Amino acid sequence: MKLAVQVNEGPYQHEASDSAYHFTKAALEKGHEVFRVFFYHDGVLNGTRLTTPPQDDRNIVERWVALAEKYDLDLVLCVAAAQRRGIVDEGEAERNGKDATNIAPKFRISGLGQLIEAAIQSDRLVVFGD
Amino acid sequence: MSDVKKFLYLNRRAPYGTIYAWESLEVVLIGAAFDQEVSLMFVDDGVFQLVKGSDTSELDMKNFMPTYRTLGDYGVRHLYVDKASLEARGLTQDDLIEVAWEDWETEEEVDNIVEIVDSGQAIGVFEESDVVFSF
Repeated sequence: MKLAVQVNEGPYQHEASDSAYHFTKAALEKGHEVFRVFFYHDGVLNGTRLTTPPQDDRNIVERWVALAEKYDLDLVLCVAAAQRRGIVDEGEAERNGKDATNIAPKFRISGLGQLIEAAIQSDRLVVFGD
Repeated sequence: MSDVKKFLYLNRRAPYGTIYAWESLEVVLIGAAFDQEVSLMFVDDGVFQLVKGSDTSELDMKNFMPTYRTLGDYGVRHLYVDKASLEARGLTQDDLIEVAWEDWETEEEVDNIVEIVDSGQAIGVFEESDVVFSF
């Protein structure tokens, strides 16, 4: 089955990102295709490489990165949501005159059309959040 | 893109207090470019999103309520409102905005696409939908 995953909440505050990660990982291990993971609302906060959890806790951001590296997973942060919440890649820094970037590797920033496209192309859209 | 799916946006939250309602509306507006068959449903506190006469001037927040009135122009065909949610909050259809719709090709017009549905009808809408976005 071809799946699209949407993550609507930030890491640590809410379990949505954990559940989405475990679901996505299990689906990939079972041989399903995950067309895209789309991060929206505070979910874009899953995509900053500056996240530094305590050493005895899971690193939610790095976990997504590792999964993306293993399965060539498409991790997309909504541009409008990312701009509001200060998630910046090189293109955004240049366009908006920001002095730094913080996007994690394997993540990319793109438009809401990527969510719509994922919903059209996939057999199921699975939404994680409140 | 040739394949057309039935999209249902499920709106469950009050318009202000959290950003879900506004960012949901942004998806609807952007998604209009993809020419899918789009409906919205309002349940729980989401029914407040359609209450007319809201005023955010003292909140220092943008009032995005006028945007709902334009949804017909974005190709949204149905705005369903859950009857039980409405009644539980002491609201009736008279409290809600009206949203007009027109098909530019066939010139078919509907004065108001805001429709109150009971739980049985709501389930029918879910069953007919290919994709449900939940906000």
